[in-house]
Amino acid sequence: MSELRKVSSNPHIRDKDTTTRIMLTVVVALLPAAFFGIYNFGLRAAAVLVISVAFAVLTELLFELLCKKKPTIKDCSAVVTGLLLGMNLPVSVPLWLPAVGSVFAILVVKMLFGGLGKNFMNPALAGRCFLLISFPALMTNFNCDAYTGATPLAALKAGEQVNLMDMIVGRTAGTIGETSLIAIVVGACILILAGIIDLKVPGSYLVSFVIFAALFGALLHRTVDGSFLCAQLAGGGLMLGAFFMATDYTTRPITKKGQYVYGVFLGFLTALFRIFSASAEGVSYAILLGNLLVPLIEKYTMPKCFGKGGERS
Amino acid sequence: MAKFTFIGGIHPYDGKEISKHNPMRAVLPKGDLVYPLSQHIGAPAVPIVKKGDHVLAGQKIAQAQGFVSAPVYATVSGLMKAIEPRRVVTGEQVMSIVVENDLLYEEVEYPTPKPLNRMSREEILTAVQEAGIVGMGGAGFPTHVKLSVKEPEKISYVIVNCAECEPYLTSDYRRMVEEPEKLVEGLKVILRLFPNARGVLAVEDNKPDCIKILSGLVSKEPRIEVAALKTKYPQGSERQLIYAVTGRAIHSGKLPADVGCIVDNVDTVVAIRRAVLEGKPLMNRIVTVTGDAIANPQNLVVRIGTNYHELIEEAGGFVTEPQKIVSGGPMMGFALFDLDVPTTKTASALLCLTRDEVSEQEPSACINCGRCAEVCPGRVIPKLLAEYAQHHDLEQFVAHEGMECCECGCCSYICPAKRPLTQAIKSARKMVLADRKKK
Repeated sequence: MSELRKVSSNPHIRDKDTTTRIMLTVVVALLPAAFFGIYNFGLRAAAVLVISVAFAVLTELLFELLCKKKPTIKDCSAVVTGLLLGMNLPVSVPLWLPAVGSVFAILVVKMLFGGLGKNFMNPALAGRCFLLISFPALMTNFNCDAYTGATPLAALKAGEQVNLMDMIVGRTAGTIGETSLIAIVVGACILILAGIIDLKVPGSYLVSFVIFAALFGALLHRTVDGSFLCAQLAGGGLMLGAFFMATDYTTRPITKKGQYVYGVFLGFLTALFRIFSASAEGVSYAILLGNLLVPLIEKYTMPKCFGKGGERS
Repeated sequence: MAKFTFIGGIHPYDGKEISKHNPMRAVLPKGDLVYPLSQHIGAPAVPIVKKGDHVLAGQKIAQAQGFVSAPVYATVSGLMKAIEPRRVVTGEQVMSIVVENDLLYEEVEYPTPKPLNRMSREEILTAVQEAGIVGMGGAGFPTHVKLSVKEPEKISYVIVNCAECEPYLTSDYRRMVEEPEKLVEGLKVILRLFPNARGVLAVEDNKPDCIKILSGLVSKEPRIEVAALKTKYPQGSERQLIYAVTGRAIHSGKLPADVGCIVDNVDTVVAIRRAVLEGKPLMNRIVTVTGDAIANPQNLVVRIGTNYHELIEEAGGFVTEPQKIVSGGPMMGFALFDLDVPTTKTASALLCLTRDEVSEQEPSACINCGRCAEVCPGRVIPKLLAEYAQHHDLEQFVAHEGMECCECGCCSYICPAKRPLTQAIKSARKMVLADRKKK
């Protein structure tokens, strides 16, 4: 008898999609907004993005080498984290800031909890909030060569008028990747068409945000008009957060029902923070708090199996 | 929308083009034949021949032990050589009867059966039981047990599983194209057992020619219809098939008969016809010998007991040395250590692949993407179950419906991190079942 052949448990065929391909698609989907940021804010924006990506990847590699683990940077998840973090920074930050943020995001939030798939918070957002708390002045300085003055949301909060058309195109102050509604929606369409995300989380997030923003706005200002809500939807980090960060696989519930609950909760928190807090922004903290509730949400939204009611959903 | 499909499932490359145009061809075994005593779920059969006995094709060589069991028949004439453990497709050693083929293929005289319309219910069931018929789709559950329901008048559907949803398999397809009338006759035999049942031939819509042929045949049959199912793996899984056809859903703790359904595979129905109308036992089955490593892919009518080496030779041998050989389809089949195993009642295909995709891909960390849960026809969360399985947390495994897994393989197939989810869940299921047996 010749040599024994290879055996393995069924199935013996596999789908072609891989983790790396998913991560690269997310990177591609982020590029329209990233390139618009560079176009809008100048080449310095590119430097911020390059530094944050490079430090994210390097941190992961160094950590794994030091711990004698198999390097995993080929999966490109660190690129996504670095890029998202960079896109969440103002262009005016000193160039060491994205480096610090990336090291924190990858080392503390991702690798120390076990690496890809084990973190309980979105690393990019946790990195951003770490910077926001540690260096508030640097992180909220939106003055740059292209723009001086407030971001649209801050202007809105101060009771000023905003130009909605500029917000849709993205010709406003803000962080590098958040200003252009069009570019973000193009990226979101790429993700949806590629089957990487669906509308369960972003859809319920945005719908619940509009409802709660209208409610809270009415409570605070006594009136609410369409242009206020449109500006709230288009402004700040909401779109980037809803399509690229709330949908992060690791830190959103895996159950279908849970994804709706999570989305609604994020919408509620974002509206609450934006309308009532001192800051004009609220997306990052809302998503991080939502991340913390994921285990609880999953526990109470476990699906029914086939034959016990699950066959219909 | 509940009709004719189910939620979940996948669309893998179907590979049927390789072998679907080649007609069924009967092959005569040349070497020794090996008959495992356990080719079915239930008690193994007991040998009734001795070493040195001369046997004829069609002669019973092992009898059923109890009700949930099935007899085994010789499929060639020759000398009974040994009763010894032999390797079967799962890799296990199973006690088997070995017959030395005298190459004369002498057959016993079969008694002429009574005409069907004079046969009682009991006589039909006995004929099926005596013929050694088991579920030939792969499960191997004795068919007479399935048909012996307590209240036959409560059965409202007899579904013939013509889905053939496993990639590469074309044996049922050839049967439907070449001998559709035998399939319909077999179904009519089963319908005689269930006065209030409708017969449904459930075919996936990737076989429009079969749907056309069968629809034409049954157009004048008041009790039989053809159902076109959406093409999706695992449409032929019993629970999913019943749901697609009838909208009735059962979990693992229930039997199809509990919701008034009987499901049988194409080859099984043809075997029932042969047993009841011709009085002949189950002696052969169709095996698709296919894959990109095979020179001339074939749909062979094989006598049970034939060595797999002979099937490969009949299909022209290998074009290139295969990296992986699978008995059955690529989703649920068994990978073989080597080809020295016999064809059993449940062997549907011999698939020879030049590339072993599975060993090429290293599993990496789960990214929680949720695709496994999306495609799971059992509507559980395979990722969670696999974690519980790995931590040997059988309590949580069962609490999260791990026993509802049908081991179809969709989760492992779709996983972008290439994690062996099905494998982990399967082994936990085995442990739970073993624990339950102990108690």
